[in-house]
Amino acid sequence: MRVTLHVWRQAHARAAGKMVKYQTPEISPDMSFLEMLDVVNEDLTIKGEDPIAFDHDCREGICGTCSLMINGIAHGPGRGKTTCQLYMRHFKNGDHIYVEPWRAKSFPVIKDLVVDRSAFDRIMAAGGFVSVNTGGAPDANAVPIPKDEAETAMDAAACIGCGACVASCKNASAMLFVAAKVSHLAHLPQGQPERQRRVRSMVLKMDEEGFGNCTNQYECEAVCPKEISVKFIAKLNQEYLRAAL
Amino acid sequence: MKLDAKAPSGPLEKKWEKHKFESKLVNPANKRKFDVIMVGTGLAGGSAAASLAELGYKVKCFCFQDSARRAHSIAAQGGINAAKNYQNDGDSVYRLFYDTIKGGDFRAREANVYRLAEVSANIIDQCVAQGVPFAREYGGQLANRSFGGAQVSRTFYARGQTGQQLLLGCYAALSRQIGLGNVKMFPRTEMLDLILIDGAARGIITRDLVTGRMEAHAADAIVLATGGYSNVFFLSTNAMGCNTTAIWRAHKRGAAFANPCYTQIHPTCIPASGDYQSKLTLMSESLRNDGRIWVPKKKGDTRAPRDIPEDERDFYLERKYPSFGNLAPRDIASRAAKEACDDGRGVGESKRGVYLDFADAIKRLGENVVRERYSNLFDMYEEITDENPYKVPMRIYPAPHYTMGGLWVDYNLMSNIPGLFVIGEANFSDHGANRLGASALMQGLADGYFILPYTISHYFATYKPQKASSDRAEFKQAETGIATRIKRLLEVKGKRTVDSFHRELGNLMWEGCGMARNAAGLKKNLEEIPTLREEYWRNVSILGKNEELNMSLEKALRVADFFELAELMCYDALERNESCGGHFREEYQTPEGEARRDDANYCYVSAWEYQGEGKPPSMHKEPLHFEFVHLAERSYK
Repeated sequence: MRVTLHVWRQAHARAAGKMVKYQTPEISPDMSFLEMLDVVNEDLTIKGEDPIAFDHDCREGICGTCSLMINGIAHGPGRGKTTCQLYMRHFKNGDHIYVEPWRAKSFPVIKDLVVDRSAFDRIMAAGGFVSVNTGGAPDANAVPIPKDEAETAMDAAACIGCGACVASCKNASAMLFVAAKVSHLAHLPQGQPERQRRVRSMVLKMDEEGFGNCTNQYECEAVCPKEISVKFIAKLNQEYLRAAL
Repeated sequence: MKLDAKAPSGPLEKKWEKHKFESKLVNPANKRKFDVIMVGTGLAGGSAAASLAELGYKVKCFCFQDSARRAHSIAAQGGINAAKNYQNDGDSVYRLFYDTIKGGDFRAREANVYRLAEVSANIIDQCVAQGVPFAREYGGQLANRSFGGAQVSRTFYARGQTGQQLLLGCYAALSRQIGLGNVKMFPRTEMLDLILIDGAARGIITRDLVTGRMEAHAADAIVLATGGYSNVFFLSTNAMGCNTTAIWRAHKRGAAFANPCYTQIHPTCIPASGDYQSKLTLMSESLRNDGRIWVPKKKGDTRAPRDIPEDERDFYLERKYPSFGNLAPRDIASRAAKEACDDGRGVGESKRGVYLDFADAIKRLGENVVRERYSNLFDMYEEITDENPYKVPMRIYPAPHYTMGGLWVDYNLMSNIPGLFVIGEANFSDHGANRLGASALMQGLADGYFILPYTISHYFATYKPQKASSDRAEFKQAETGIATRIKRLLEVKGKRTVDSFHRELGNLMWEGCGMARNAAGLKKNLEEIPTLREEYWRNVSILGKNEELNMSLEKALRVADFFELAELMCYDALERNESCGGHFREEYQTPEGEARRDDANYCYVSAWEYQGEGKPPSMHKEPLHFEFVHLAERSYK
């Protein structure tokens, strides 16, 4: 099969970008989307044209590096997967596919489809942890944790920090990301001592970084590759109110 | 070259305690005077950077990814071992030690492995304190599962995402130190050279991957935590960016490279589907708890799997290894799959595959239970292959996954270069010739949380290192060297892409130095690799310039180093005239086709010294002494 790509090309952060059309060479429906881009890049390189820059690493849906808007949807069609887990059999021969970077003020474009998500790291550094130094931890079974609570914490902790929630939100809100970390630790006994401080610092940092607010459109949940529920945003609001009052 | 393992004397269970007591300390007020460079932010690097910063050292931390949270430790699925004996099934520190030594085919240092088993329990405590959401039982206690090469349940897990949760735990600890200003983080930055001053490691040269700018960083000690080199095979389960550059550059500056030929080929990966394949996806070893592995008994059998009657199927692992069955260790399971395919009984279009069949488990437990246990893996399999594993057996084939070899380190995790420490998969220390499942996470965190923080203070207290300024000539020379190398690559303007060379190199390595090796194949590789490398420097095409985000250039620099490492791996495999663990030399096998070790002649670590461009490397031996364990044939029958 062959498809036509319309790809966002931008030489560097301060350059003007534009959509450029590419006809793919013959590709297989069993290729992943990123393998299709590899083939296009090999072809471009041989022709002496600059290959398309895109972020990717583990290619098995867990590192959170890959990040593409495909036909306007973060990580492309299909639920609960990252771009690297999307296969070409979900497209038809002759399709036109539009590929763009994450779109959010807080994620500036570095080049082509590559964006800077370091704002997420700064939010984490503001409070996304339990302040415990190495050594001196009590026996792991000393504090029993009810299975349901541990499972809920794990549901939230599954976040891979890819930024699809921000990219798909019309407000470029990072609330699902922040909610995931706040909820993960709020559901565990180890997170209790810093529970209030954590939510306040993380929300403050989130605002400082220029992310918008949640207006309950649930676009984030729809594109989250780990299918993290918006119920955690309700939890975040509850935690924040409790801490702020 | 002097290789002193510095393993403490005395009874096995007292060695670490004695060593810790004898190690010198740096007083708290003085710690802030020491700068440490940490390269890599996986389980080893992330945990070490956080722990050292907590102690008061000043840490600069580097990773090539866009965030410390993306290091490839994140992809580990199955679990982490620890000798907690929570299951009351007879586990102990000694049993974990013994299983690991035996699993490694008696090619690891006793003292190191015992220490690993000893600190394993602390790791679980530490992770729980950080808020890692391990799986739990209804009573609130931690749950365990079993893994290959062990007969106890000692593996802790967080769904199929254990590596992710452990890494996010140490990323959180690291983020806290970044927020406190104790760690300065440099993402999208790659180390391209190591700087020695008066024989000791004193700095590194890095390249900012966004701007191409080179930078010199000086410190009192350098720690490499840069992972393994399975990507030398091009197709592996590693992330696309995993590379050997940091440890290879250190090797070229004098660090000994130990056991480079010890590579682990993981038995349960999804087979390659075409020439465009960019990486291979692992299916967790935990699937072997319920899946049965088989191939048709008849050669060239093209019937659909369900049309092959039970008595015409060969459940070869159950047949050959009745006491471990489908849970035989990785090297053994992989080799058995290769044998079946070499025998013409492989399945799938490429005939390089075997079945992993859940029909019996579904019959026994019901589809719901199987779904509950493995649905994420089954979904992943279906997405990749377009086949439903609830209905048709999975097809799996071995793939390069982990490298036991790495830079040589002593008991302090310091290389033969003073001040250069190497931790995690990047060193060679604990897994011998084969690593057991769920032990990589254990080793990474043991090194970073509980070993390096002790041993590095001894180095600081005894060497009294003088801070080097990055203005020194050594830094300038190295920078010029890298700039020249980059310029040379960009000026080739040839006709082939970096990937096309990498694929061809990977193929040579897979055929000649993969799951099974022989002298003829290795000698052939030693002739063909230099020829291909020569073409690489003459005919590679890299577009763009240095002063920008240039992913082809990043890759080209890494592949250039893989070429050199590949040759060393073949030298090592050729020199080791025995079979052990992941190193299977076809000439050395028992009549039943099992690995035949040669303890009389090869019970040593081979540590290679770089001799300069175009010259064969020279090998040094660190003999392995077994005081506590009896060297035995490694049987899983």
